[in-house]
Amino acid sequence: MPITRDEVAHLARLSRLALSDEELDHLAPQLDQIISAVAQVQEVAADGIPPTTHATGLTNVYRADEPVPCLTPEQALSGAPAVELQRFKVPRILVEE
Amino acid sequence: MSELTTVTYEEALQKYEPVFGIETHVELGTRTKMFCGCITTFGAEPNTHTCPVCLGLPGSLPVINERAIEYTIRIGLALNCSIASWCRFARKNYFYPDMPKNFQISQYDEPLCTDGYLDVAIGGKTVRVGIERVHMEEDTGKSLHVGGATGRIQGAEYSLVDYNRAGIPLIEIVTRPVPGTGFLAPEVARAYVTELRDVLRTLGVSDVRMEEGSLRCDVNTSISLAGSDVYGTRTETKNVNSLRSVERAVRSEVARQSEVLDSGNRVIQETRHFHEDTGVTTSGRSKEEAQDYRYFPEPDLVPVAPAADWVEQIRASLPELPSARRARLIDSWSLSELEFEALRNAGALDAVEATVAAGASPADARKWWLGELARRANDSGIDVSELPITPADVARVSALIAAGTLNDRLARQVIEGVLDGEGTPDEVVAARGLAVVSDDSALLTAIDEAIAANPDVAAKIRDGRVQAAGVLVGAVMKKTRGQADAAKVKDLILERLA
Amino acid sequence: MSDLIKKTAAELAAAIAAGEVSAAEVTQAHLDRIGAVDGEVKAFLHVAADDALAQARAVDRKRAAGDPLGALAGVPVAVKDLFATAGMPTTCGSKILEGWVPPYESTITQRLRKAGAVLIGKTNMDEFAMGSSTENSGFWTSRNPWDLSKVPGGSSGGSAAAVAAHEAPLALGTDTGGSIRQPAAVCGVVGTKPTYGGNSRYGVVAFASSLDTPGPFGRTVLDAALLHEVMSGHDPCDSTSIDAPVPPVVEAARHGDVAGLRIGIVSEFSGDGYQPGVMTRFTEAVEVLEALGAKVTEISCPHFKYALPAYYLIAPSEVSSNLARFDGMRYGLRVGGGSAEEVMAASREAGFGAEVKRRIMLGTYALSSGYYDAYYGKAQQVRTLIIRDFDNAFSQVDVLISPPTPTTAFNIGERADDPMAMYLADLCTIPSNLAGNAAISVPIGLAPEDGLPVGLQVMAPPLADERLYRVAAAVEAAFTERWGHPLLAEAKGLSGE
Repeated sequence: MPITRDEVAHLARLSRLALSDEELDHLAPQLDQIISAVAQVQEVAADGIPPTTHATGLTNVYRADEPVPCLTPEQALSGAPAVELQRFKVPRILVEE
Repeated sequence: MSELTTVTYEEALQKYEPVFGIETHVELGTRTKMFCGCITTFGAEPNTHTCPVCLGLPGSLPVINERAIEYTIRIGLALNCSIASWCRFARKNYFYPDMPKNFQISQYDEPLCTDGYLDVAIGGKTVRVGIERVHMEEDTGKSLHVGGATGRIQGAEYSLVDYNRAGIPLIEIVTRPVPGTGFLAPEVARAYVTELRDVLRTLGVSDVRMEEGSLRCDVNTSISLAGSDVYGTRTETKNVNSLRSVERAVRSEVARQSEVLDSGNRVIQETRHFHEDTGVTTSGRSKEEAQDYRYFPEPDLVPVAPAADWVEQIRASLPELPSARRARLIDSWSLSELEFEALRNAGALDAVEATVAAGASPADARKWWLGELARRANDSGIDVSELPITPADVARVSALIAAGTLNDRLARQVIEGVLDGEGTPDEVVAARGLAVVSDDSALLTAIDEAIAANPDVAAKIRDGRVQAAGVLVGAVMKKTRGQADAAKVKDLILERLA
Repeated sequence: MSDLIKKTAAELAAAIAAGEVSAAEVTQAHLDRIGAVDGEVKAFLHVAADDALAQARAVDRKRAAGDPLGALAGVPVAVKDLFATAGMPTTCGSKILEGWVPPYESTITQRLRKAGAVLIGKTNMDEFAMGSSTENSGFWTSRNPWDLSKVPGGSSGGSAAAVAAHEAPLALGTDTGGSIRQPAAVCGVVGTKPTYGGNSRYGVVAFASSLDTPGPFGRTVLDAALLHEVMSGHDPCDSTSIDAPVPPVVEAARHGDVAGLRIGIVSEFSGDGYQPGVMTRFTEAVEVLEALGAKVTEISCPHFKYALPAYYLIAPSEVSSNLARFDGMRYGLRVGGGSAEEVMAASREAGFGAEVKRRIMLGTYALSSGYYDAYYGKAQQVRTLIIRDFDNAFSQVDVLISPPTPTTAFNIGERADDPMAMYLADLCTIPSNLAGNAAISVPIGLAPEDGLPVGLQVMAPPLADERLYRVAAAVEAAFTERWGHPLLAEAKGLSGE
């Protein structure tokens, strides 16, 4: 089933990508082509086949509840585009979570 | 549109039946965060408890805190849940500045604990609140919203984010919908949160302070026509920050929803915000278009498969839970439900139990802690447990009364003395000279004086009217400044005048 | 070309330890080489000249003091710009992280430093490891030292090119769908994808978390093994790393031998789409292996043909989530005004390239409610079937072989805006990533039609990495004897060679 330009625009919004119209025109057909190709997996008969999310088969990997030194605030804030009162300054948030 | 309703809760209950559910988030009292070794102490300077992992820096990876798993299993067992033999963490994807990775590591369709219950005692009956799931997740950072009038997001110019709390281990406990509580729904909701809080505190897994945010509740409410099988549309109410607010939130939502339905509209499935000052909820984010969180198993973590013997070990080490303790104390102290509630509500259970352990009778222990001591605590605005008197002290006072060294009145003075820092009960007795006069000869002197001073009363007594002895007893008590055993005085008087 | 830069890492480490040459001299020689050729090769995004010399001098001081030296003491290593290096910028080949200097360091580069290696610079790569040519880099395209009009492969193209151009004897890369093996093959060097979990991903910026595997590049099999050993091992900071001894890869590399070894040719990896010259060289390699005493058969892995679509569902899904953190709020590029939501979207729009955007949206699609089962869920089931194909194969043979990639290096620009064509470069490498196996690419000659390098891919079960080196060392020895010189001696792509 082909993916429409509108659906691609929706995906862009969900992924916080402010695509321009030209980009949308360019990327939408490419995405459509890729999705059609990867849909090939649906041909595989996989009833009763368990999915693999981890190849290693490891389980129960933990750490002890012991403190480890933290970064200094300067280090933590070192890449920040804007800082105020030792906090990350971010633009106003529109929708409350 | 005004959010204040014209329909009252009582009116609503004439037509509708309320159903509620509660989602509780609990901050675990582990020393370090859920997925990294940063410390969890509250109130630190901003961004001083962070590392590449909880900041979500590129290249960082989470590692599970084993104690958090243990605490979660403990909670699940205490809530009568099944513990999964195998489960995974999942990513909950959404963009928000207080979430450094723009996804939260949580659990989705494989929670660690499922299908439990918590029995809640209310008005002499028991309501079994079903627990659907208990799962683990990480907390977010905290934002200051600057520039608006209220300090909330609406109207703010920008926000300042502190990631100290990002990554704190969080447990989410979700109840099944609770129907059939009728008029008592708000009280049952409150009682559930209270009982849950007590269970968590007893387990030692969290300091569960609602005012500090280590215990947070979202209250789901819906109403349906009386007799209907189908649940109504539910709303979710956030910002419920105290036990009282839980109760008020249910009450106000039920009233509001019934007004909506009565006026021919439908209840919108949405998130609402509870206001402490007005006691009502206002509309927040619309949940009509449910967020698609695109959950998938967390690839940076491997599955959690707690060994059966580890789970049994945890089960065996569980402390006595509030419900078991309640049953035990009601039985061994022969209390009624109400009497137990009184003790529990006064926060005096521990004190009374310890006083009994130190040798006092349950009745005596209750009398002191619920009476004199509760009064003093109230006056000082503190918990009984914070009073400067120990259960051992109270037990000692009780013992001194039983031994005849003190009577009630003197005992009260001794208690006062201990509270005022004068020392142990024995020290106070000695220092203030409060012991009951046990020396018969001293008493007899006082008795003879009283008899001499009240010849007509003495005559009545000789005639057999023993009630009149009260006057003489009173005189003797006065003479001895209350330091006499009234019953003994009476006996001696009667003997004297026999 | 100075003699020092012709030497292998093994030779350099020995010479430095013996005091025959100083670490500073070795590092300077390589810095000079970078200065001479990187204008053409464009392998490096950042050359840490002063830092590298300081590291080298520290090694020299240790040697002078008689202190024990690490296994790679004084050996320059080029680091793919996906590894967080404290004090050195880490861009991941992306404008969104241009200028970002991490406040912490990856476990692997820490281990390298401890072994005395000199981290000489950060190499170019396809943005966030997505690509097969470095054409997706946000900065520039690196060139293949064999022919500057050709791609060096990707995503670890800069690292492969740096080693092929003698700018460093060793390099670090990562392999998620073939991003070490394919560039190694098209640049004529050795590149290994170790067993997934065999080394630490802590500090390696995540592309597809369940597939990403850091690994070594070298000009010889022994060199790759030396780096493989130093970088490997369990890390408590990485929950997916395996707590097991590092396979004896150096030992195996010193004793290449295939007599009696059972080798399986993956029958699905041939036919249409495979360049004739690549198959010619492959057939020749099979003959060599047989002549050396190996038992070569054909094995069918029927689900391998679904590996590519499964990979292009799993990897984008994981990356769509992994890359969500790049929003301009805490680090990296921030552009635009308005609300946080608007600034996030504008920053990501400006900072990410087309391939990254494609894969993010593809991943978002595959994980969406309603699509999850048919796409991501199904792909994970296909993954299980591919693992079973490998298990079945390895019950019959000790290693599997195939070409690492269907063609030699393609022209720059040829596939740049044709994602599907670009993805085909990963056809042969992807199954090993899905299964978490170990795999290597070792040079076996040049394709007759274009004179460009061709590699041989060897695949082994998880934690059997040493088998790769045993086979690769045997192949290398046989072919080097046949050629009379290292293959790279024939590379004439750089002016002045």
